[in-house]
Amino acid sequence: MSAVLLKDVFFAHDGAPQMHFNFEVSQGDRLAIMGASGSGKSTLLNLLAGFETPQSGSIQFSNIDLTNVEPALRPVSILFQDNNLFGHLTINQNIGLGLAPRLHLTKLQNDAVNSVLAKVGLARLGKRLPSELSGGERQRAALARALLRDRPVLLLDEPFAALGPAMRIEMLDLVLELQLEKMLTVIMVTHNPDDAEYFATRVGFVEASSLLSTMPATILNDPPKGSALSTYLGTKLPRFSA
Amino acid sequence: MAFAALGFLALLAGGALLALGVAALQSPKVISTAFDSYFLRIAGFTLWQATLSTLLSILPAILVARALHRHPVFIGRSLIIRLMALPLALPALIAALGLLALLGRAGILAPFLTWGFGARWPGIYGLSGILLAHVFFNMPLATRLFLAALDAVPQDHWRLAAQLGFKPLSRFRLLEWPAIKSAMPGIALIVFLLCATSFTLVLTLGGGPQATTIEVAIYQALRFDYAPMRAVAFALVQLVFAFGLALMASRFVLVERSQNIDVSSAKLMPPSGAERLINRVLIGAAIVLIVSPMLAILMRGLQADIIKLATQNSVITATLTSLILAISASLAAFLIVVSLLSARSSAIREFAAGGGGILLSVSPIVIGAGWFIALQGIINPLKAAPVIIVAVNTMMALPFVLRALSPSWAASRARHDRLAASLGLRGFRRFRIVEGVALRAPIFAALAFGAALSLGDLGVVALFGSDSLQTLPSLLFARLGSYRSDDAAGLALLLMLLCLGLLWLADSLSQKETLR
Repeated sequence: MSAVLLKDVFFAHDGAPQMHFNFEVSQGDRLAIMGASGSGKSTLLNLLAGFETPQSGSIQFSNIDLTNVEPALRPVSILFQDNNLFGHLTINQNIGLGLAPRLHLTKLQNDAVNSVLAKVGLARLGKRLPSELSGGERQRAALARALLRDRPVLLLDEPFAALGPAMRIEMLDLVLELQLEKMLTVIMVTHNPDDAEYFATRVGFVEASSLLSTMPATILNDPPKGSALSTYLGTKLPRFSA
Repeated sequence: MAFAALGFLALLAGGALLALGVAALQSPKVISTAFDSYFLRIAGFTLWQATLSTLLSILPAILVARALHRHPVFIGRSLIIRLMALPLALPALIAALGLLALLGRAGILAPFLTWGFGARWPGIYGLSGILLAHVFFNMPLATRLFLAALDAVPQDHWRLAAQLGFKPLSRFRLLEWPAIKSAMPGIALIVFLLCATSFTLVLTLGGGPQATTIEVAIYQALRFDYAPMRAVAFALVQLVFAFGLALMASRFVLVERSQNIDVSSAKLMPPSGAERLINRVLIGAAIVLIVSPMLAILMRGLQADIIKLATQNSVITATLTSLILAISASLAAFLIVVSLLSARSSAIREFAAGGGGILLSVSPIVIGAGWFIALQGIINPLKAAPVIIVAVNTMMALPFVLRALSPSWAASRARHDRLAASLGLRGFRRFRIVEGVALRAPIFAALAFGAALSLGDLGVVALFGSDSLQTLPSLLFARLGSYRSDDAAGLALLLMLLCLGLLWLADSLSQKETLR
């Protein structure tokens, strides 16, 4: 069964070329979306999350057409690169919003918040404001909220691009752990081939504003010569020796 | 160059301050008697009307800004937002006359109000008039500032709210209100400062012992009661008070223009039918508030014999005098701004980048009173009128010219500094080849804006004006005082058209692409 299915979805921003998406993602897959900047990777996630509505075509989750359903009712959580937390609310409050858009939680809800905080390694930091946390810790908090919302599909819009290499791997490991535990379907936009290779089971390459099929992630090791993917990846720099 | 510019400002403000201080120290006894029950009454009224004005401006502004933010795309929206910038640039005298033409005892709406009131409509003199005029000026300003604060909320937050399924109440509580709340102190302080130091509006609409502010009392003490010591005492109070407020206000950064047009909030969570209706009414009411006084001026002005008025010698002379003074002040402000912005010392540039906001606190009446007293023993102060008027208007226009010019100037510096240095272009030669060409549109926009601001000023002219020096606003005020209301209406129309023309020029120039 496909967890996510885009059936001839067409979309265009004002004055920009029309985009075309037609592919599916199986339950439990980790799909890395790659492609040049401005190719429409983020728009693809916005369509899935319901922030944008396609001009035509349908978007299905577990074979149910949700093309015109509002964002809050979709089985989807999304992590942006930045601004995942409200700066004027504490970490606890930010995460609690995943349960109810109220700032005062019941005892039970509070316990739930504390347990996801512990799970992402932020126990005891719940009372702090986002500005008092590091970039990595903020993304962990956002991940904790996604966890609490318990939606089967997780969308990641370059959420770790601003972090250093070690921290990035650590975050990917955390996502992997959670993904395996809950059998999440993850779609991640990334520029980094190493991340994709490390994390993804499948890869989709957005080319000429369209993505019509996905490939196994192993293709990153050996992209077909002359293909757009191999041009995008380029060759690894040989060590320069004088 | 930059030091000369700073020197001019220091001399102008410092000279006035020195004169006030020396006068106060010479006769401290007389000064202390100035703080009598009369002073307490006007000080109390100043604070009271400023507080009410601030509340009445800010609360509706929040609603209107929210309404505009909820409807990011509709025909005429950008026009409405530009309209909101108009009142602050319009001469206070015009606004006062417009409101009187509309709601005065013999105003256009008076017959209807008499009918609805059940008794003869008393007109809007006094507190009610002052409040209404302050709302006319400050509500649009506050709306723009609140709107910019709402637009500054990151787009991702609206998306997040949509994904988390916020209801309208949570959206307001968790997204809109925090943005509004954090912008509030800065906006409230600016509006309070403007209302507490407003002169022309209180002079025209208030007056009388019941509705006088410190600012107007300084003028009355100097020109009518001939009580210079009282003027000194009041001016010092006003100076300390306004400076303190401006210092507080400068701690808050105000975003004035929104960077990105953010449509996601409305697209993701479209307003309900009821909210749409309420928002339309709110925006419509704001437009009526801004436009109706100007329409009233137009209607009344057209009834006057414009041709006969425009050929009167006194009118022609006053118009020319006004234009010459305004253009001089605008040019002087421009020169100062340019020398500050291109200063080599980064401290001076930072002072300039701060917007010279502190200058907003320096009231023309206080500076004028200082120089009036300083010159008194030496020459007849009225003889120095042109110089003082231009100097003080320069100072008044300065923060606005600075804000009009500094973004494009900074962009030009970032882009051309190294190239110009490598080619050895400096000083005026650089200006002629680089900024003078690349920034021609913003420069003329800033000049036109500065001239429009100076053109309608009544403050210093009221202090220093005489029969030998009439500007258009002072002539208008004199005709109003001698109950020649037809003349006043015609002159008001003339003044309004001149100012609107300059502002239109400034606006259309500033819309142009600045750097290629």
